[in-house]
Amino acid sequence: MPHPVRASVLVRTAATLLALTALTVAASRLDLGRFSVLLALAIAALKASIVALFFMHLRYEGRFRAVVLVVAVAFAALFAGVVVFDTTQYQPGIVKPRDTLP
Amino acid sequence: MTPEGGGGATPDELAVRPPRLAAHFASMGVQLDASRLGIWLFLASEVLFFGGLLCAYAVYRANHPDLFRYGHFFLDWRLGALNTAVLIGSSLSAAWSVRCAQLGRRGGLVVTLLVTLALASVFMAVKYAEYSHKLHHGVSWGAAYHPSTEILAALPAALRWAPPPPYVGTFFSLYFLLTGLHGIHVIVGMGLYGWLLRRAVRGDFGPGYYVPVDVVALYWHLVDIIWMFLFPLLYLV
Repeated sequence: MPHPVRASVLVRTAATLLALTALTVAASRLDLGRFSVLLALAIAALKASIVALFFMHLRYEGRFRAVVLVVAVAFAALFAGVVVFDTTQYQPGIVKPRDTLP
Repeated sequence: MTPEGGGGATPDELAVRPPRLAAHFASMGVQLDASRLGIWLFLASEVLFFGGLLCAYAVYRANHPDLFRYGHFFLDWRLGALNTAVLIGSSLSAAWSVRCAQLGRRGGLVVTLLVTLALASVFMAVKYAEYSHKLHHGVSWGAAYHPSTEILAALPAALRWAPPPPYVGTFFSLYFLLTGLHGIHVIVGMGLYGWLLRRAVRGDFGPGYYVPVDVVALYWHLVDIIWMFLFPLLYLV
């Protein structure tokens, strides 16, 4: 049976997550234009990795189980990325809708 | 995890099999491993589920960024930050409940399960307050977006003078869809924790068997992770 995670590790992980949340809020105050979204996503991805590694104890388990999560995230990112690329590519060709709401 | 018990099971070996061990697993260790892999596969499907919704968000944001810059001012980031902290706390207590089960501390297990359930309720209460405030002021999804004068007056001064972008209802369609589906996941998690609590009080869990506690905690951590993405994308940027 796998060993229990130490209590100090759990508390330190929660504290780190709270600090990163404060960082996310502070970072959103900076006016970075388009990069605000990217920065917010990067910090959120870091927080998610910390939850996965420590709370979900992936750090203490074999590589195989981590592959399941990494592959799912990779495919979701691929999906969103290609669709966004596709839609921004064809924007000039779209006929604008009439400005009347039903 | 090496399986104990070998090939065929003699009557003596059958007699000493732990009661919670299913017949097709060689040992409790193997059962725990298989259960963990199973829940990870489910979590992968959940990642793709929310990934698809976030893809819709990405498409709309790429094409109409002004909509999101305008819309996010209707959301109170302090309530969002509070909810984030609440979920982080509940993830801590969920992970701690697994630790208590592994160490055989029944009192600690019941307390941590209760704390997780309580914090989840706080999250839903804050969510309810946010939703009711919005719907009361006519801030709804799609074509039903008819903001009241009070809520428009509460926007930052810089936004009030410029004409609002068209189809703001689309932002709120995305907001209610993303947070609503996340909220349903939280409610399901609350139901699961209620079930775990009942079983923990009954004394079902211990170092020899804690698979349900572990599995539900993994689900709960994913619910927390999803909110960590939703909070900045909807409330902050």
